[in-house]
Amino acid sequence: MEQNSPPRGLSHGAMDAIAAACIFAVGVVMMVDNHRLGAGWASDGPESGYFPFRIGVILCAASLVVLLRSLFGRHRNHEIFVSWQKFKPVLLVLLPTAVFVLAIQFLGIYVASTLFIAAFMRVMDKSGWVKTLLVAVGVNALLFWMFEMQFMVPLPKGPLEALFGY
Amino acid sequence: MDELDALFHGFAIALTWYNIGMMVIGIVLGIVIGVLPGLGGPNGVAILLPLTFTMSPTSAIIMLSCIYWGSLFAGAITSVLFNIPGETHSVATTFDGYPLAQQGRAGEALTASFTGSFFGALVAVLLITFLAPMVAKFALKFGPPEFFAVFLLTFCSFVGTGKDPFKTIISMMLGFGLAAVGMDTVSGELRMTFGWSELLRGIDFLIVVIGLFGIGEILLSMEEGLAFEGKSAKINAKVVLETWKKLPRYWLTLIRSAAIGCWMGITPGGATAASFMGYGIAKRFSPNGDKFGTGQLEGVIAPETAAHASGTAALLPMLALGIPGSATAAVLLGGLMVWGLQPGPLLFVEQKDFVWGLIASMYLSNIAGLIIVLSTVPLFAAILRIPFAIIAPIIIVVCAIGAFTVHSAMLDIWFMLLFGMVGYVLKKLDYPLAPMVLSLVLGDRAEAAFRQTMMGSRGELGVFWSNSLVGTITTLALLMLIWPLLAFAWRKIRERLAGETT
Repeated sequence: MEQNSPPRGLSHGAMDAIAAACIFAVGVVMMVDNHRLGAGWASDGPESGYFPFRIGVILCAASLVVLLRSLFGRHRNHEIFVSWQKFKPVLLVLLPTAVFVLAIQFLGIYVASTLFIAAFMRVMDKSGWVKTLLVAVGVNALLFWMFEMQFMVPLPKGPLEALFGY
Repeated sequence: MDELDALFHGFAIALTWYNIGMMVIGIVLGIVIGVLPGLGGPNGVAILLPLTFTMSPTSAIIMLSCIYWGSLFAGAITSVLFNIPGETHSVATTFDGYPLAQQGRAGEALTASFTGSFFGALVAVLLITFLAPMVAKFALKFGPPEFFAVFLLTFCSFVGTGKDPFKTIISMMLGFGLAAVGMDTVSGELRMTFGWSELLRGIDFLIVVIGLFGIGEILLSMEEGLAFEGKSAKINAKVVLETWKKLPRYWLTLIRSAAIGCWMGITPGGATAASFMGYGIAKRFSPNGDKFGTGQLEGVIAPETAAHASGTAALLPMLALGIPGSATAAVLLGGLMVWGLQPGPLLFVEQKDFVWGLIASMYLSNIAGLIIVLSTVPLFAAILRIPFAIIAPIIIVVCAIGAFTVHSAMLDIWFMLLFGMVGYVLKKLDYPLAPMVLSLVLGDRAEAAFRQTMMGSRGELGVFWSNSLVGTITTLALLMLIWPLLAFAWRKIRERLAGETT
């Protein structure tokens, strides 16, 4: 995208409206689920759903105000919420992180994070192989020593650690 | 003086080699966390909290509170040298700090801000030492209705602090909602689990904090495309001594900022608001006020003193009442529950060692912190020169580990990611996040207090006005709640009147 082309994408106000609509939905879900539990006033005070039900009501009301204001308010913010150019690096972190979390389930946290850090350094920082390996393996060796040996806090482990008897 | 006796007893507890070691580790970790983008007080403490499960509560709180002090000190480093506030409370420090660094006076600016921070903290700790026991003694008479009224006051006073009261309310209600997920502590019924057994234990606030503040910050930093180009810091004994010689001139600013900070810390105004207020008031009253923004030492001292005083004073209501004054204090309070301590005024009676050990450690650790930051600034500034592409994945890995260790649950890492995305969007839309953390931590307890009150009074709401104490607090809380409305109405009336006279 060129610098002087008109910015495209969601405006700040539109994103505000979408977020408010999502929050409204959360409020509705809270009201429905807690109504099922009983949101009334029993003889000994409020029932289980009493508080959360009312919180749902307040959420709906407050998000409605934000929603209406973002759609029809006088001070609508037409600035772009995030340009594609700026959002790309965000996705470059977000998507690998999701893959990383998925990988933890199969490879264990140490192997997954070694790969994650290494991939990040190679692609984003264009670091050399030696530096990449040193940092990625070093950090995880340190973490392994700290959690598994010093603090005895077991973290998710995969086939590689099993090979070494952990 | 009972307090002094207790304090000396506390020094005896804090002054063991083990606890001093914990202090130093905590401060160094805290500075690292404060310097790094994406890690700050609340999530730094949240990530390291699981490591303290096996420690004694006193050592654990000493280490974690030191992380907090370290991160408070460190905010100034990035603000002055890189013009990037490492923490939101150090935004105001950039106004005069960075111009000073550009003039080659970074050493002076840093010394002044650290010393100001130290002074602010010292005033706040003195306040805690003498005021907290009194507040706690007073609060011992509290029953469930009084506690609920105090909770209500805390929540209501938050509504007025944000820029947009509706967004503050939404943020707070989301926190309450999340707190309600899982088993209801009073009746044992399952709320909002939607038949999902993993949700039985609820959503831990630590996961939410790590996601919102940790992952969310990283995403924001990526968007801003951080390239750190900093000024170098030369701090040596000569610069320090010369700056210290200049400081007494600013005694009024120091005292004023410390007072503002203490007030904002005890009432949940927060360090960020305190630092801006400290800066604004110093600018208005200082004879050099018009030169602020061009590199005035006073403009660095004012916000830093207020921020540190407020961050420290936030522990006063946490210790005395079990109500945290800031997001980080809320995480520390969560820690108390994890270590098996019951927060509230009884702490001062039942856990004397813990309370006074902590208070004594606050004196010691701020002295240690001042020495450490003054002597090691170049080292920490160097951390920021490491490319973000190396730092970012490591922070994410550490966040993931922190999220997992809370309950040893894989699902929590996914939740962390989810809250990271939520935090990114909410922050960009100017939703304040601190109220969410506060209500998430206190939600269950506030609800339990309310329902216990109702059981006692057989469902009569009048119990909240049944005696003068609880009545005053409740009325005050409701006043706070409608305060933005009153202020709005008052402004309109004045505009109308002004319009008529012209």
